[in-house]
Amino acid sequence: MKSEKIINSFPIFTRKIHGGKPLVYLDSAATSQKPFTVIKAIEDYYKQSNSNVHRGIHFLAEEATGLYESARKKIADFVGVKNQNQLIFTRNTTESINIVARTWGRRFLKKGDVILTTEMEHHSNIVPWFTLAEEIGIVVKFIRITRNGILDWEQYLQLLNLSPKIVSFTHMSNVLGTINPVRDIISSAHQAGAITIVDGAQSVPHMLVNIEKLDADFYAFSAHKMCGPTGIGILYGKKDLLEQMPHFLGGGDMIKKVTFDGFTTNSIPYKFEAGTPPIAQAIGFGAAVDFLSAEGMDNIFAHEKELTTYAYESLSAIPGLSIIGPSVNDRGGVISFVIERIHPHDIAQILDQFGIAVRAGHHCAMPLHEKLNIPASTRASMYLYNTRDDIDDLHKGLFHILEVFK
Amino acid sequence: MDDLYREIIIEHYKNPHHKGKLKDKDYSFEDENPLCGDHIQIDLKVDQHQKVIDAKFDGQGCAISISSTDLLLDSILGKKIDQIKKLTKQDILDLLGIELSPVRLKCALLSLKVLKAAIYELNESSEELIK
Repeated sequence: MKSEKIINSFPIFTRKIHGGKPLVYLDSAATSQKPFTVIKAIEDYYKQSNSNVHRGIHFLAEEATGLYESARKKIADFVGVKNQNQLIFTRNTTESINIVARTWGRRFLKKGDVILTTEMEHHSNIVPWFTLAEEIGIVVKFIRITRNGILDWEQYLQLLNLSPKIVSFTHMSNVLGTINPVRDIISSAHQAGAITIVDGAQSVPHMLVNIEKLDADFYAFSAHKMCGPTGIGILYGKKDLLEQMPHFLGGGDMIKKVTFDGFTTNSIPYKFEAGTPPIAQAIGFGAAVDFLSAEGMDNIFAHEKELTTYAYESLSAIPGLSIIGPSVNDRGGVISFVIERIHPHDIAQILDQFGIAVRAGHHCAMPLHEKLNIPASTRASMYLYNTRDDIDDLHKGLFHILEVFK
Repeated sequence: MDDLYREIIIEHYKNPHHKGKLKDKDYSFEDENPLCGDHIQIDLKVDQHQKVIDAKFDGQGCAISISSTDLLLDSILGKKIDQIKKLTKQDILDLLGIELSPVRLKCALLSLKVLKAAIYELNESSEELIK
Protein backbone atom coordinates (compact mmCIF):
# COMPACT_ATOMS: atom_id res chain seq x y z
CA MET A 1 0.00 0.00 0.00
CA LYS A 2 1.17 3.52 -0.68
CA SER A 3 1.24 4.64 2.91
CA GLU A 4 2.03 8.31 2.25
CA LYS A 5 -1.08 8.67 0.11
CA ILE A 6 -3.23 6.92 2.68
CA ILE A 7 -1.90 8.96 5.60
CA ASN A 8 -2.62 12.14 3.65
CA SER A 9 -6.24 11.02 3.27
CA PHE A 10 -6.74 11.50 7.02
CA PRO A 11 -6.74 15.12 8.21
CA ILE A 12 -6.02 14.18 11.84
CA PHE A 13 -2.49 13.10 10.98
CA THR A 14 -1.45 16.74 10.46
CA ARG A 15 -2.19 17.27 14.15
CA LYS A 16 0.73 17.71 16.56
CA ILE A 17 0.32 16.94 20.26
CA HIS A 18 2.32 17.40 23.49
CA GLY A 19 4.47 20.22 22.15
CA GLY A 20 4.82 19.35 18.48
CA LYS A 21 4.95 15.56 18.44
CA PRO A 22 3.26 13.85 15.50
CA LEU A 23 0.45 11.47 16.30
CA VAL A 24 1.28 7.77 16.44
CA TYR A 25 -2.20 6.30 16.56
CA LEU A 26 -2.27 2.65 17.65
CA ASP A 27 -5.81 2.54 19.04
CA SER A 28 -7.93 1.76 15.98
CA ALA A 29 -9.56 -1.24 17.67
CA ALA A 30 -11.24 1.34 19.93
CA THR A 31 -12.13 3.64 17.05
CA SER A 32 -10.54 4.37 13.69
CA GLN A 33 -9.61 7.78 12.29
CA LYS A 34 -11.77 9.31 9.54
CA PRO A 35 -10.70 10.17 5.99
CA PHE A 36 -11.51 13.49 4.29
CA THR A 37 -14.08 11.79 2.03
CA VAL A 38 -16.20 10.63 4.97
CA ILE A 39 -16.07 14.01 6.69
CA LYS A 40 -16.96 15.72 3.41
CA ALA A 41 -19.92 13.40 2.71
CA ILE A 42 -21.39 14.30 6.10
CA GLU A 43 -20.68 18.01 5.57
CA ASP A 44 -22.22 17.94 2.08
CA TYR A 45 -25.38 16.30 3.37
CA TYR A 46 -25.88 18.97 6.03
CA LYS A 47 -24.99 21.79 3.64
CA GLN A 48 -26.92 20.66 0.59
CA SER A 49 -29.37 17.80 1.17
CA ASN A 50 -30.47 18.06 4.80
CA SER A 51 -34.01 16.75 5.17
CA ASN A 52 -35.84 13.94 6.91
CA VAL A 53 -36.15 10.60 5.13
CA HIS A 54 -39.09 8.42 4.01
CA ARG A 55 -41.85 10.99 4.53
CA GLY A 56 -41.54 14.29 2.72
CA ILE A 57 -42.82 14.76 -0.82
CA HIS A 58 -40.33 17.39 -1.73
CA PHE A 59 -37.01 17.66 -3.50
CA LEU A 60 -34.71 17.51 -0.48
CA ALA A 61 -36.67 14.73 1.24
CA GLU A 62 -36.36 12.57 -1.83
CA GLU A 63 -32.69 13.37 -2.23
CA ALA A 64 -31.95 12.58 1.45
CA THR A 65 -33.93 9.33 1.23
CA GLY A 66 -31.98 8.36 -1.89
CA LEU A 67 -28.66 9.03 -0.19
CA TYR A 68 -29.70 7.15 2.95
CA GLU A 69 -30.92 4.10 1.06
CA SER A 70 -28.01 4.02 -1.36
CA ALA A 71 -25.68 3.95 1.66
CA ARG A 72 -27.52 0.84 2.85
CA LYS A 73 -27.04 -0.72 -0.58
CA LYS A 74 -23.31 0.10 -0.63
CA ILE A 75 -22.82 -1.45 2.80
CA ALA A 76 -24.81 -4.56 1.79
CA ASP A 77 -22.58 -5.01 -1.30
CA PHE A 78 -19.50 -4.49 0.86
CA VAL A 79 -20.37 -7.43 3.15
CA GLY A 80 -21.78 -9.75 0.48
CA VAL A 81 -25.49 -9.32 1.16
CA LYS A 82 -27.77 -9.31 -1.90
CA ASN A 83 -30.92 -7.90 -0.30
CA GLN A 84 -30.01 -4.62 1.42
CA ASN A 85 -33.26 -4.71 3.39
CA GLN A 86 -31.67 -7.36 5.61
CA LEU A 87 -29.37 -4.65 6.97
CA ILE A 88 -30.82 -2.67 9.86
CA PHE A 89 -29.21 0.59 10.87
CA THR A 90 -28.54 0.57 14.63
CA ARG A 91 -26.39 2.73 16.88
CA ASN A 92 -23.49 0.26 17.00
CA THR A 93 -22.52 -3.41 17.41
CA THR A 94 -23.60 -3.35 21.05
CA GLU A 95 -27.10 -2.23 20.13
CA SER A 96 -27.27 -4.78 17.30
CA ILE A 97 -26.56 -7.69 19.66
CA ASN A 98 -28.95 -6.29 22.26
CA ILE A 99 -31.73 -6.07 19.67
CA VAL A 100 -31.42 -9.79 18.93
CA ALA A 101 -31.38 -10.65 22.63
CA ARG A 102 -34.32 -8.40 23.46
CA THR A 103 -36.55 -9.28 20.52
CA TRP A 104 -35.71 -12.75 19.17
CA GLY A 105 -34.40 -13.84 22.59
CA ARG A 106 -37.36 -12.64 24.62
CA ARG A 107 -39.86 -14.04 22.15
CA PHE A 108 -38.36 -17.48 21.49
CA LEU A 109 -36.16 -18.41 24.47
CA LYS A 110 -37.50 -20.00 27.62
CA LYS A 111 -36.24 -21.05 31.02
CA GLY A 112 -33.42 -23.55 30.85
CA ASP A 113 -32.53 -22.87 27.21
CA VAL A 114 -28.78 -22.87 26.66
CA ILE A 115 -26.90 -20.23 24.76
CA LEU A 116 -23.20 -20.47 23.98
CA THR A 117 -20.72 -17.66 23.81
CA THR A 118 -16.93 -17.65 24.29
CA GLU A 119 -14.40 -16.65 26.91
CA MET A 120 -12.89 -14.07 24.55
CA GLU A 121 -16.01 -11.92 24.17
CA HIS A 122 -16.44 -8.19 24.62
CA HIS A 123 -18.91 -7.31 27.39
CA SER A 124 -21.44 -6.46 24.68
CA ASN A 125 -21.77 -10.15 23.83
CA ILE A 126 -21.96 -11.29 27.46
CA VAL A 127 -24.14 -8.83 29.35
CA PRO A 128 -27.20 -9.04 27.03
CA TRP A 129 -27.26 -12.83 27.64
CA PHE A 130 -26.78 -12.50 31.38
CA THR A 131 -29.68 -10.05 31.29
CA LEU A 132 -31.87 -12.74 29.71
CA ALA A 133 -30.55 -15.25 32.24
CA GLU A 134 -31.86 -12.98 35.00
CA GLU A 135 -35.13 -12.25 33.22
CA ILE A 136 -36.16 -15.64 31.90
CA GLY A 137 -33.65 -18.12 33.27
CA ILE A 138 -31.67 -19.03 30.15
CA VAL A 139 -28.30 -20.70 30.81
CA VAL A 140 -25.15 -19.03 29.43
CA LYS A 141 -22.20 -21.33 28.74
CA PHE A 142 -18.74 -20.24 27.64
CA ILE A 143 -16.64 -21.92 24.97
CA ARG A 144 -13.15 -22.09 26.50
CA ILE A 145 -9.98 -20.70 25.01
CA THR A 146 -6.76 -22.67 24.96
CA ARG A 147 -3.44 -21.42 26.30
CA ASN A 148 -2.69 -20.11 22.83
CA GLY A 149 -5.78 -17.93 22.85
CA ILE A 150 -7.81 -19.89 20.31
CA LEU A 151 -11.16 -21.60 20.85
CA ASP A 152 -11.07 -25.10 22.32
CA TRP A 153 -12.77 -26.96 19.47
CA GLU A 154 -13.29 -30.23 21.37
CA GLN A 155 -15.04 -28.45 24.19
CA TYR A 156 -17.17 -26.50 21.71
CA LEU A 157 -18.38 -29.77 20.16
CA GLN A 158 -19.20 -31.09 23.64
CA LEU A 159 -21.19 -27.97 24.45
CA LEU A 160 -23.16 -28.43 21.24
CA ASN A 161 -24.48 -31.69 22.75
CA LEU A 162 -26.47 -29.47 25.14
CA SER A 163 -28.58 -28.43 22.10
CA PRO A 164 -28.03 -24.68 22.50
CA LYS A 165 -30.55 -22.35 20.90
CA ILE A 166 -27.94 -19.69 20.06
CA VAL A 167 -24.18 -19.63 19.48
CA SER A 168 -23.06 -16.01 19.72
CA PHE A 169 -19.37 -15.30 19.20
CA THR A 170 -16.82 -12.80 17.97
CA HIS A 171 -15.29 -13.00 14.50
CA MET A 172 -12.09 -11.43 15.81
CA SER A 173 -11.14 -10.85 19.46
CA ASN A 174 -10.54 -7.21 20.40
CA VAL A 175 -7.92 -8.27 22.97
CA LEU A 176 -6.22 -11.41 21.68
CA GLY A 177 -6.52 -10.52 18.01
CA THR A 178 -7.62 -14.12 17.37
CA ILE A 179 -9.51 -14.59 14.11
CA ASN A 180 -12.05 -17.35 14.72
CA PRO A 181 -12.95 -20.05 12.13
CA VAL A 182 -16.38 -18.49 11.64
CA ARG A 183 -17.60 -20.75 8.89
CA ASP A 184 -16.80 -23.96 10.79
CA ILE A 185 -18.32 -22.61 14.00
CA ILE A 186 -21.51 -21.69 12.16
CA SER A 187 -21.88 -24.97 10.28
CA SER A 188 -21.39 -27.01 13.47
CA ALA A 189 -23.88 -24.79 15.29
CA HIS A 190 -26.42 -25.25 12.50
CA GLN A 191 -25.99 -29.02 12.61
CA ALA A 192 -26.80 -28.87 16.32
CA GLY A 193 -29.91 -26.80 15.59
CA ALA A 194 -28.65 -23.45 16.93
CA ILE A 195 -28.84 -20.05 15.28
CA THR A 196 -25.66 -17.98 15.18
CA ILE A 197 -24.84 -14.38 15.99
CA VAL A 198 -21.45 -13.00 14.95
CA ASP A 199 -19.86 -9.92 16.51
CA GLY A 200 -18.02 -8.45 13.53
CA ALA A 201 -16.90 -5.18 15.13
CA GLN A 202 -13.20 -6.07 14.70
CA SER A 203 -13.41 -8.10 11.49
CA VAL A 204 -15.43 -6.09 8.93
CA PRO A 205 -13.04 -3.08 9.18
CA HIS A 206 -9.97 -5.20 8.46
CA MET A 207 -10.81 -8.08 6.12
CA LEU A 208 -13.13 -9.08 3.32
CA VAL A 209 -16.27 -10.49 4.96
CA ASN A 210 -19.04 -12.18 2.99
CA ILE A 211 -21.87 -12.68 5.45
CA GLU A 212 -23.98 -14.84 3.13
CA LYS A 213 -21.06 -17.16 2.35
CA LEU A 214 -20.38 -17.50 6.08
CA ASP A 215 -24.08 -18.39 6.46
CA ALA A 216 -24.39 -16.32 9.66
CA ASP A 217 -27.94 -15.89 10.95
CA PHE A 218 -27.16 -12.52 12.51
CA TYR A 219 -24.05 -10.40 12.02
CA ALA A 220 -23.25 -7.10 13.74
CA PHE A 221 -20.68 -4.34 13.13
CA SER A 222 -20.03 -0.63 13.71
CA ALA A 223 -19.17 2.21 11.31
CA HIS A 224 -16.78 4.07 13.58
CA LYS A 225 -14.19 1.29 13.62
CA MET A 226 -14.06 1.26 9.80
CA CYS A 227 -13.36 4.91 8.94
CA GLY A 228 -17.01 5.90 9.37
CA PRO A 229 -18.79 8.11 11.89
CA THR A 230 -19.82 7.20 15.45
CA GLY A 231 -23.46 6.56 16.29
CA ILE A 232 -24.25 4.06 13.54
CA GLY A 233 -23.89 0.32 13.13
CA ILE A 234 -25.48 -2.60 11.36
CA LEU A 235 -27.49 -5.61 12.33
CA TYR A 236 -27.74 -8.12 9.49
CA GLY A 237 -30.29 -10.89 9.84
CA LYS A 238 -31.64 -13.69 7.68
CA LYS A 239 -34.93 -12.57 6.19
CA ASP A 240 -37.19 -15.14 7.87
CA LEU A 241 -35.60 -14.48 11.27
CA LEU A 242 -36.01 -10.71 10.95
CA GLU A 243 -39.62 -11.19 9.93
CA GLN A 244 -40.34 -13.51 12.89
CA MET A 245 -38.80 -11.07 15.34
CA PRO A 246 -41.01 -8.61 17.16
CA HIS A 247 -40.12 -4.94 16.71
CA PHE A 248 -37.63 -3.30 19.05
CA LEU A 249 -38.60 0.35 19.65
CA GLY A 250 -42.04 1.71 18.80
CA GLY A 251 -42.60 5.02 17.06
CA GLY A 252 -42.43 6.68 13.67
CA ASP A 253 -41.21 4.84 10.56
CA MET A 254 -41.56 1.37 12.12
CA ILE A 255 -45.35 1.17 11.60
CA LYS A 256 -47.52 0.33 8.63
CA LYS A 257 -50.69 1.55 10.24
CA VAL A 258 -51.74 2.99 13.60
CA THR A 259 -55.35 3.29 14.77
CA PHE A 260 -56.94 4.00 18.16
CA ASP A 261 -57.06 0.23 18.61
CA GLY A 262 -53.48 -0.68 17.82
CA PHE A 263 -50.81 -0.84 15.12
CA THR A 264 -49.26 -3.06 12.49
CA THR A 265 -45.52 -3.04 11.90
CA ASN A 266 -43.72 -1.96 8.77
CA SER A 267 -41.71 -4.40 6.66
CA ILE A 268 -37.99 -4.97 7.27
CA PRO A 269 -35.70 -3.13 7.76
CA TYR A 270 -37.99 -0.25 8.81
CA LYS A 271 -39.70 -2.34 11.48
CA PHE A 272 -36.48 -1.94 13.47
CA GLU A 273 -35.73 1.70 12.63
CA ALA A 274 -38.15 3.68 14.79
CA GLY A 275 -37.81 7.44 14.76
CA THR A 276 -35.64 9.67 12.59
CA PRO A 277 -32.54 7.57 11.87
CA PRO A 278 -28.92 8.76 11.85
CA ILE A 279 -29.10 10.03 8.26
CA ALA A 280 -25.82 11.93 8.06
CA GLN A 281 -24.07 9.01 9.73
CA ALA A 282 -25.52 6.51 7.26
CA ILE A 283 -24.27 8.65 4.38
CA GLY A 284 -20.86 8.94 6.06
CA PHE A 285 -20.88 5.16 6.55
CA GLY A 286 -21.50 4.72 2.81
CA ALA A 287 -18.54 7.00 2.06
CA ALA A 288 -16.37 4.94 4.44
CA VAL A 289 -17.26 1.77 2.57
CA ASP A 290 -16.38 3.51 -0.72
CA PHE A 291 -13.03 4.55 0.74
CA LEU A 292 -12.20 1.04 1.99
CA SER A 293 -13.35 -0.59 -1.27
CA ALA A 294 -11.10 1.73 -3.28
CA GLU A 295 -8.11 0.70 -1.15
CA GLY A 296 -9.20 -2.94 -1.39
CA MET A 297 -9.95 -5.06 1.69
CA ASP A 298 -7.45 -7.71 0.63
CA ASN A 299 -4.73 -5.05 0.41
CA ILE A 300 -5.70 -3.68 3.81
CA PHE A 301 -5.61 -7.15 5.35
CA ALA A 302 -2.22 -7.92 3.76
CA HIS A 303 -0.79 -4.58 4.94
CA GLU A 304 -1.95 -5.21 8.50
CA LYS A 305 -0.64 -8.77 8.42
CA GLU A 306 2.80 -7.55 7.38
CA LEU A 307 2.74 -4.86 10.06
CA THR A 308 1.49 -7.25 12.75
CA THR A 309 4.28 -9.70 11.94
CA TYR A 310 6.80 -6.85 12.18
CA ALA A 311 5.30 -5.60 15.48
CA TYR A 312 5.13 -9.11 16.94
CA GLU A 313 8.86 -9.60 16.36
CA SER A 314 9.74 -6.10 17.48
CA LEU A 315 7.79 -6.31 20.75
CA SER A 316 8.86 -9.90 21.49
CA ALA A 317 12.44 -8.63 21.72
CA ILE A 318 11.64 -6.36 24.68
CA PRO A 319 12.83 -7.87 27.98
CA GLY A 320 10.00 -8.81 30.36
CA LEU A 321 7.29 -8.26 27.75
CA SER A 322 4.77 -11.02 27.02
CA ILE A 323 2.30 -10.90 24.15
CA ILE A 324 -1.14 -12.31 24.91
CA GLY A 325 -2.93 -14.51 22.41
CA PRO A 326 -2.07 -16.61 19.38
CA SER A 327 0.83 -16.59 16.95
CA VAL A 328 0.82 -14.17 14.02
CA ASN A 329 -0.84 -16.81 11.79
CA ASP A 330 -4.09 -16.82 13.75
CA ARG A 331 -4.44 -13.12 14.50
CA GLY A 332 -5.37 -9.78 13.03
CA GLY A 333 -3.80 -6.37 13.69
CA VAL A 334 -4.20 -6.33 17.46
CA ILE A 335 -1.36 -6.96 19.89
CA SER A 336 -2.06 -6.89 23.62
CA PHE A 337 0.81 -7.36 26.03
CA VAL A 338 1.96 -7.14 29.62
CA ILE A 339 5.36 -6.12 30.97
CA GLU A 340 6.60 -7.61 34.24
CA ARG A 341 6.17 -5.28 37.20
CA ILE A 342 4.88 -2.34 35.12
CA HIS A 343 1.17 -1.55 35.12
CA PRO A 344 -0.53 -0.96 31.73
CA HIS A 345 -1.73 2.47 32.91
CA ASP A 346 1.82 3.59 33.48
CA ILE A 347 2.85 2.20 30.09
CA ALA A 348 0.05 4.04 28.28
CA GLN A 349 0.70 7.26 30.19
CA ILE A 350 4.40 7.35 29.35
CA LEU A 351 3.79 6.38 25.70
CA ASP A 352 1.26 9.20 25.47
CA GLN A 353 3.98 11.70 26.28
CA PHE A 354 5.72 10.55 23.07
CA GLY A 355 2.51 11.10 21.12
CA ILE A 356 1.78 7.35 20.98
CA ALA A 357 -1.86 6.37 21.56
CA VAL A 358 -2.46 2.83 22.88
CA ARG A 359 -5.20 1.46 25.10
CA ALA A 360 -4.64 0.26 28.66
CA GLY A 361 -7.13 -1.60 30.81
CA HIS A 362 -9.36 -4.60 30.32
CA HIS A 363 -10.75 -3.45 26.92
CA CYS A 364 -14.34 -4.32 27.92
CA ALA A 365 -13.32 -7.96 28.37
CA MET A 366 -13.01 -8.44 32.14
CA PRO A 367 -13.83 -12.19 32.14
CA LEU A 368 -11.09 -12.80 29.57
CA HIS A 369 -8.53 -10.96 31.72
CA GLU A 370 -9.69 -12.99 34.72
CA LYS A 371 -9.11 -16.16 32.69
CA LEU A 372 -5.65 -14.95 31.67
CA ASN A 373 -5.01 -14.08 35.33
CA ILE A 374 -3.94 -10.50 34.62
CA PRO A 375 -5.67 -7.38 35.94
CA ALA A 376 -5.21 -5.44 32.72
CA SER A 377 -3.16 -5.27 29.53
CA THR A 378 -1.81 -2.73 27.07
CA ARG A 379 -3.11 -2.97 23.51
CA ALA A 380 -1.60 -1.67 20.29
CA SER A 381 -3.99 -1.98 17.35
CA MET A 382 -3.29 -1.23 13.72
CA TYR A 383 -5.07 -0.06 10.62
CA LEU A 384 -4.33 0.81 7.01
CA TYR A 385 -2.70 4.15 7.93
CA ASN A 386 -0.09 2.67 10.28
CA THR A 387 3.48 2.10 9.18
CA ARG A 388 6.64 0.42 10.40
CA ASP A 389 7.72 3.84 11.72
CA ASP A 390 4.80 3.72 14.18
CA ILE A 391 5.96 0.33 15.43
CA ASP A 392 9.54 1.60 15.73
CA ASP A 393 8.29 4.56 17.80
CA LEU A 394 6.35 2.14 20.04
CA HIS A 395 9.45 -0.01 20.44
CA LYS A 396 11.55 3.03 21.43
CA GLY A 397 8.85 4.25 23.82
CA LEU A 398 8.72 0.86 25.57
CA PHE A 399 12.49 0.84 26.03
CA HIS A 400 12.24 4.28 27.60
CA ILE A 401 9.64 2.90 30.04
CA LEU A 402 12.01 0.08 31.03
CA GLU A 403 14.56 2.83 31.83
CA VAL A 404 12.08 4.81 33.96
CA PHE A 405 11.19 1.70 35.98
CA LYS A 406 14.71 0.28 36.04
CA MET B 1 6.29 12.82 32.20
CA ASP B 2 9.43 13.22 34.22
CA ASP B 3 7.18 15.06 36.66
CA LEU B 4 4.55 12.36 36.79
CA TYR B 5 7.08 9.58 37.23
CA ARG B 6 9.26 11.41 39.76
CA GLU B 7 11.87 9.30 41.48
CA ILE B 8 9.89 9.24 44.71
CA ILE B 9 6.90 7.70 42.97
CA ILE B 10 8.94 5.01 41.23
CA GLU B 11 10.78 4.31 44.49
CA HIS B 12 7.58 3.81 46.52
CA TYR B 13 6.15 1.68 43.71
CA LYS B 14 9.18 -0.60 43.51
CA ASN B 15 9.99 -0.75 47.21
CA PRO B 16 6.90 0.09 49.23
CA HIS B 17 7.37 0.48 53.00
CA HIS B 18 4.00 -0.95 53.96
CA LYS B 19 3.30 -3.88 51.67
CA GLY B 20 1.51 -6.78 53.32
CA LYS B 21 -1.37 -7.59 55.63
CA LEU B 22 -1.81 -7.23 59.40
CA LYS B 23 -2.90 -10.29 61.35
CA ASP B 24 -3.97 -8.19 64.29
CA LYS B 25 -5.91 -5.21 62.95
CA ASP B 26 -8.52 -2.74 64.15
CA TYR B 27 -9.58 -1.29 60.83
CA SER B 28 -9.58 -2.87 57.39
CA PHE B 29 -11.18 -2.26 54.01
CA GLU B 30 -10.61 -3.31 50.41
CA ASP B 31 -11.85 -1.83 47.18
CA GLU B 32 -11.04 -1.62 43.52
CA ASN B 33 -11.01 0.81 40.67
CA PRO B 34 -13.03 -1.06 38.04
CA LEU B 35 -11.69 1.17 35.29
CA CYS B 36 -8.21 -0.29 35.52
CA GLY B 37 -8.58 -3.29 37.80
CA ASP B 38 -6.49 -1.74 40.58
CA HIS B 39 -7.19 -3.42 43.90
CA ILE B 40 -6.12 -2.15 47.32
CA GLN B 41 -6.66 -3.46 50.84
CA ILE B 42 -5.55 -1.37 53.83
CA ASP B 43 -5.18 -2.72 57.41
CA LEU B 44 -4.61 -0.47 60.45
CA LYS B 45 -3.65 -1.19 64.06
CA VAL B 46 -4.29 1.52 66.68
CA ASP B 47 -3.33 1.92 70.35
CA GLN B 48 -5.70 2.72 73.22
CA HIS B 49 -5.69 6.41 72.20
CA GLN B 50 -6.83 5.57 68.61
CA LYS B 51 -3.36 6.42 67.35
CA VAL B 52 -2.12 4.41 64.34
CA ILE B 53 0.75 2.18 65.37
CA ASP B 54 0.92 -0.04 62.28
CA ALA B 55 -0.41 0.14 58.72
CA LYS B 56 -0.17 -2.23 55.77
CA PHE B 57 -1.62 -2.45 52.31
CA ASP B 58 -1.99 -5.29 49.86
CA GLY B 59 -3.14 -5.50 46.27
CA GLN B 60 -2.05 -4.46 42.84
CA GLY B 61 -2.10 -1.33 40.81
CA CYS B 62 -0.20 1.20 38.76
CA ALA B 63 2.72 3.25 40.00
CA ILE B 64 0.43 6.16 40.87
CA SER B 65 -2.03 4.14 42.97
CA ILE B 66 0.62 2.06 44.74
CA SER B 67 2.93 4.97 45.55
CA SER B 68 -0.01 7.09 46.67
CA THR B 69 -1.06 4.32 49.07
CA ASP B 70 2.44 3.85 50.43
CA LEU B 71 3.03 7.59 50.88
CA LEU B 72 -0.36 7.91 52.56
CA LEU B 73 0.39 5.12 55.05
CA ASP B 74 3.80 6.71 55.75
CA SER B 75 2.04 9.94 56.56
CA ILE B 76 -0.57 8.55 58.96
CA LEU B 77 1.70 6.53 61.22
CA GLY B 78 1.45 8.02 64.71
CA LYS B 79 -1.63 10.04 63.81
CA LYS B 80 -5.01 9.76 65.50
CA ILE B 81 -8.00 8.38 63.63
CA ASP B 82 -9.83 11.70 64.11
CA GLN B 83 -6.99 13.52 62.36
CA ILE B 84 -7.01 11.03 59.49
CA LYS B 85 -10.73 11.62 58.97
CA LYS B 86 -9.85 15.19 58.00
CA LEU B 87 -7.57 14.21 55.09
CA THR B 88 -8.65 15.50 51.68
CA LYS B 89 -7.90 14.95 48.02
CA GLN B 90 -5.46 17.86 48.16
CA ASP B 91 -3.43 16.15 50.89
CA ILE B 92 -2.87 13.18 48.56
CA LEU B 93 -1.85 15.44 45.69
CA ASP B 94 0.56 17.23 48.02
CA LEU B 95 2.08 13.91 49.05
CA LEU B 96 2.57 12.89 45.42
CA GLY B 97 3.66 16.37 44.34
CA ILE B 98 2.26 16.02 40.82
CA GLU B 99 -0.67 17.16 38.74
CA LEU B 100 -2.99 14.49 37.42
CA SER B 101 -5.58 14.11 34.68
CA PRO B 102 -9.10 13.14 35.83
CA VAL B 103 -8.54 9.49 34.87
CA ARG B 104 -5.29 9.17 36.78
CA LEU B 105 -6.78 11.06 39.71
CA LYS B 106 -8.96 7.98 40.32
CA CYS B 107 -5.77 5.91 40.61
CA ALA B 108 -4.25 8.37 43.07
CA LEU B 109 -7.35 8.65 45.26
CA LEU B 110 -8.19 4.95 45.57
CA SER B 111 -5.92 4.79 48.65
CA LEU B 112 -7.75 7.63 50.44
CA LYS B 113 -11.11 6.11 49.56
CA VAL B 114 -10.12 2.76 51.02
CA LEU B 115 -8.53 4.33 54.10
CA LYS B 116 -11.58 6.47 54.87
CA ALA B 117 -14.02 3.59 54.32
CA ALA B 118 -11.88 1.57 56.77
CA ILE B 119 -11.81 4.12 59.55
CA TYR B 120 -15.48 5.04 59.18
CA GLU B 121 -16.14 1.27 59.26
CA LEU B 122 -18.34 1.40 56.17
CA ASN B 123 -19.61 -1.54 54.16
CA GLU B 124 -19.21 0.32 50.90
CA SER B 125 -16.91 3.12 49.81
CA SER B 126 -18.21 6.30 48.23
CA GLU B 127 -16.96 9.23 46.20
CA GLU B 128 -18.09 11.48 49.07
CA LEU B 129 -15.09 10.26 51.08
CA ILE B 130 -12.50 11.78 48.79
CA LYS B 131 -13.74 15.31 48.19
